[in-house]
Amino acid sequence: MIDRDEAIWAPLLAEGVTRRPGVEVAFNVTREKLIETLDRLRVEFEYQQLMEIAGADYPERAERFEVVYCLLSLTKNHRIRVHVSTDEVQPVPSVTHIWPVAGWLEREVYDMYGVLFDGNTDLRRILTDYGFVGHPLRKDFPQTGYVELRYSEEAKRVVYEPVKLAQDFRSFDFLSPWEGAQYVLPGDEKAATPPAPQPEAKGAPTPLKAEEIAPVTPKPAKAKVAKPKTSDSTADTGAGKAGPSDGPKPRKPRAKKTPEGNA
Amino acid sequence: MAEYLEEIAGVIDGDKPEVGDTEIQNYTINFGPQHPAAHGVLRLVLELDGEIVERVDPHIGLLHRGTEKLIEYKTYTQALPYFDRFDYCSPLGMEHSYVLAVEKLLDLEVPLRGQYLRVFFAELTRICNHMLNLGSHVMDVGAMTPNLWMFEIREDCLNFFERASGARMHSNYFRVGGVRQDVPLKLLTDIGEWLDTRLPQLFEDAISLVAENRIFKQRNVDIAVVSRDDAIKWGFSGPMIRAAGIPWDLRKSQPYDVYDRIDFDIPVGTRGDCYDRFMVRVEEVRQSARIMKQCLQDMPEGPVLTLDRKVAPPKRGEMKQSMEALIHHFKLFTEGYHVPAGEVYVATESPKGEFGVYLVSDGTNKPYRCKVRPTAFSHLQAMDFMSRGHMLADTTAILGAMDIVFGECDR
Repeated sequence: MIDRDEAIWAPLLAEGVTRRPGVEVAFNVTREKLIETLDRLRVEFEYQQLMEIAGADYPERAERFEVVYCLLSLTKNHRIRVHVSTDEVQPVPSVTHIWPVAGWLEREVYDMYGVLFDGNTDLRRILTDYGFVGHPLRKDFPQTGYVELRYSEEAKRVVYEPVKLAQDFRSFDFLSPWEGAQYVLPGDEKAATPPAPQPEAKGAPTPLKAEEIAPVTPKPAKAKVAKPKTSDSTADTGAGKAGPSDGPKPRKPRAKKTPEGNA
Repeated sequence: MAEYLEEIAGVIDGDKPEVGDTEIQNYTINFGPQHPAAHGVLRLVLELDGEIVERVDPHIGLLHRGTEKLIEYKTYTQALPYFDRFDYCSPLGMEHSYVLAVEKLLDLEVPLRGQYLRVFFAELTRICNHMLNLGSHVMDVGAMTPNLWMFEIREDCLNFFERASGARMHSNYFRVGGVRQDVPLKLLTDIGEWLDTRLPQLFEDAISLVAENRIFKQRNVDIAVVSRDDAIKWGFSGPMIRAAGIPWDLRKSQPYDVYDRIDFDIPVGTRGDCYDRFMVRVEEVRQSARIMKQCLQDMPEGPVLTLDRKVAPPKRGEMKQSMEALIHHFKLFTEGYHVPAGEVYVATESPKGEFGVYLVSDGTNKPYRCKVRPTAFSHLQAMDFMSRGHMLADTTAILGAMDIVFGECDR
């Protein structure tokens, strides 16, 4: 019902509070209007519960981060979202005084994205390790991270080391190139620029050039097989048949075991 | 004694100790992260005054695996198994939120049998989850036997999951558009028989040992009372908000799949203490059994997965005959399907409370952002005000009645 009735939101909409297009009811709010809007939504519009604060990163935007407040009304049985955008330095006002549950939710957004919350008295990291550097859910943070840890037998403690990949990181992108893939296909770049010498990918051994191959010292050649194997049938070659002129051959005497031969 | 009375009367100033007074101060202890009653890797920094808890600072994140980051690098189908691993005690509850969110973005209709199967197994998951939680809760406060009996039920549930999906715990059974495969009739009849005989016997036996038990009540009644206002302010959901006296259940209020066709009751607590939270879950198990029986009665025949070949793969037999089916199969398992750009927040009533998924799609085959709303986050945060003024030993009861699983809390 509420989803279809736009008139309900008329008193809420003002400068800095706009309706956000989409399948669900959502609003775009400026940072200055955030507290006022959320408080009005809670009191006047009966959205009593704050269920979630989600962060999102859109690096191409001027204010790259979006903080999304998901509200729930227990009395009207309805959900709405409130979006506010910010960047690395501009703090978002904290809502901990309206909903105490926001404390940890804001801590998580801070931890994952580095969004600052003005008024949150306990803005520590929450999910990452003690002493972690960086904000892992930012789009420019690599999926593999920067450090890895292991137990060091020499130091007798867990140590951090720069991450070493046994195999190059692979991210398979199966987007069909004729259905709107936004990247350059391997090989396309050759058309525009002369190819730079590419470093060899890990795993494949460099093929040696002919002159780099060390000449092999010739081994004493083994006695060649007198009769090479062929696929010719005896019918073609006539092998085994008596020759036209040959009489019955005398049996070849066996190689006599001479004393020299034994030596 | 005399000094104590004088202090109360104001003759002696307690803040200014004099000669002969013993100065005491609060001390801080560390609970976990390796502690059997911490239900995983929870570290609690407790500030104690004697044995009274003054302040609790939960340190979480020791099981943080960066799942949300990983999901951003996977296609929609590949992301599904991660949801089993959030709350590993109730895997299908997590999958349910995710598939519903993707279906909402795709605007996809699910065949009726698929919906029934999902509800059926989601409720089996609820029983399975509550067996673990109720059992470990009673063990946290000192009883052993019910836990062992409930683990028998849990073992049965896991066997049923295995027969349906091939995996005992991480089922990976739900799909966008339905479920992976239909279940054999024998499995349904077996579960039906189990619901009538083994489950009530074992469960009621186990509960009869604790529900009216004097020691169990001493450890739980009036411990960590949460008022309605507090429950709302702190973002409670699921059995936690119901125990506080608010009849709020997403299966009733915002029904998804076929919950609107099913008749069941919502148990509500009256005092909002640990005992209420325990009993709400006990009743939920009975209601879940009731829902499952209705599913067995009403489940129609038909497909279990949507026939939209742009989303769901064709059957293997079809692929041997049809080039089109082969192409669809290949496309779905390499590129996957594209989800229209948009944002949704979809929540379901998981056994632990509201499990939500905030999904942002940019129109490609991978989620742009997949934020998971864990139930444990808001509940564990309330640990501080719930434990204040209680004894140290009560923290385990409070924690047990919260039903926290760290796979979901830390993600």
